[in-house]
Amino acid sequence: MSDKVILAGLGGQGMMLLGRLIAQAVMLEGKNVTFFPSYGTEVRGGTAYYHLTVSDEEIYSPVIEEADALIMMNYPSYLKFKELLKPDSMLFVNSSMIDKIDNEKNIDVFRVPATKIANDIGNVVASNMVLLGAYNQVKNLVSIPIFLSCLKNVLKGRKEPFFEVNKLAIERGADFVKNF
Amino acid sequence: MMLTDENKKYLLTGNEACAEAAIQAGCRFYYGYPITPQNEILTHMAIRMPQVGGTCIQVESELAAINMVHGSAAAGARTMTSSSGPGISLKQEGISYLAGSELPCVIVNVQRGGPGLGDISPSQADYFQAVKGGGHGDYYTIVLAPGSVQEAADLVYDAFDLADTYRSPVMILGDAQLGQMMEAVVFNKKCEPDSFKKEWALTGANRRKRNIVKSFFSVQGELEEFNAKLQEKFNLIKSKEVRYEEINTENADIVIVAYGTCARICKEVIMKNKLPDIKVGLLRPITLWPYPSQIIQEIAGKVQAILTVEMSAGQMVEDVKLSVLGRCPVHFYGRTGGGIPSPKDIIKKITEIISLKENTTCMT
Repeated sequence: MSDKVILAGLGGQGMMLLGRLIAQAVMLEGKNVTFFPSYGTEVRGGTAYYHLTVSDEEIYSPVIEEADALIMMNYPSYLKFKELLKPDSMLFVNSSMIDKIDNEKNIDVFRVPATKIANDIGNVVASNMVLLGAYNQVKNLVSIPIFLSCLKNVLKGRKEPFFEVNKLAIERGADFVKNF
Repeated sequence: MMLTDENKKYLLTGNEACAEAAIQAGCRFYYGYPITPQNEILTHMAIRMPQVGGTCIQVESELAAINMVHGSAAAGARTMTSSSGPGISLKQEGISYLAGSELPCVIVNVQRGGPGLGDISPSQADYFQAVKGGGHGDYYTIVLAPGSVQEAADLVYDAFDLADTYRSPVMILGDAQLGQMMEAVVFNKKCEPDSFKKEWALTGANRRKRNIVKSFFSVQGELEEFNAKLQEKFNLIKSKEVRYEEINTENADIVIVAYGTCARICKEVIMKNKLPDIKVGLLRPITLWPYPSQIIQEIAGKVQAILTVEMSAGQMVEDVKLSVLGRCPVHFYGRTGGGIPSPKDIIKKITEIISLKENTTCMT
């Protein structure tokens, strides 16, 4: 098993946390993981992107040339990375912010209205966790409690009150793709 | 953030792993001045040093950092500083003084694009500076090049031991990619800093003859004698401390020589068998000084060609050529200014080399 995923969104949309949670959770499950964040001289509103490789074997190149999946939070990110998708790969999009998708490569597209779902449960900031839930559900990576324990480690102190809404977001994301 | 459970895996950046391994190795004095892409080292040290009773100072300049390292090392403590390209250049005077005073310490260089202020993306263009001395005078520093976050941690432990064994500065030569990426890391290497008796250290000459730590020799002939002693030490290091990783070099048509991030990218080509018709091997130097010349020389006698891959315009390739000594053709593929070679680039280059060889055969 080897899974190469590119995550991207607007700086501030929480892709770093989303990627880190997946990396942390699969690491606890005994898999090898390499998580490479972009860290350029970014500007507000720029694209922040992350290369995440999960594998049962040793991971060699940390840079992804061909992705097994993309998790895209906004339209400019999608435009930037769509060419890197392999045929028969998976595309997870925040359909609240990405509506036009060209699908020439026979890709499995999961349109998840992450911003809307997060908004509906009371905190738009949790849209990244909606996509996390959706991605995990489809890929069947780890059980939700593992994510929740990783999330607890991140949301400490003054961030603790945000735990419940993030938990709910993960569950809603997972529920949403169950119908696909 | 307490990272003391030796059976536990932590998801850390290469930078954090270097910092934590230094603490576990008994480093209690860290001095740093911020520069991307190595700031996580300073940040981690600022959090952790107070927890272990150590000292972390964010100093006013790179010069101050390296000279504070000089002070702590002279007093016999395990000490470290870190920086990237431009900052490491500023430290060179201090590194030369450390080598001249035979003081053990660890310096981490998380390489970024150059020359000048360059950029903050991955690079391997500080190779010359790292392995050829760097500062003034006849000296070398031991240079270790990790290829993963775990290896970065492991080599930091070793760096402190090597520094104390040879009374020499040791450099960890990483790059922005390695510094910034996160992987699982376990801190379970046993380290016994107290097993190194530092009788030369300046600890207060209470009922013993005073020690002197210096790199200045004013009496005619003294400095030449000291240099001879240094060279003897460097020869000893060359004979004992060479490290490398070899993959599929046996019966290979082409062997790639690459270190750090580039080696990992080349490994992808080899391990995933992306060139099924060509036997490709990899020689990954782990010590860049002392350089694994001997093994490269042996390989050169058995292969059609050697390919050196670097994130530079061609620096390590000079040492490869010096090892090969004309026994086989040496090719080079490099990217600069933040460009990272991709497995596709390597495959293209190797295919080119093979077709070049076939053409030459046709002509003769």
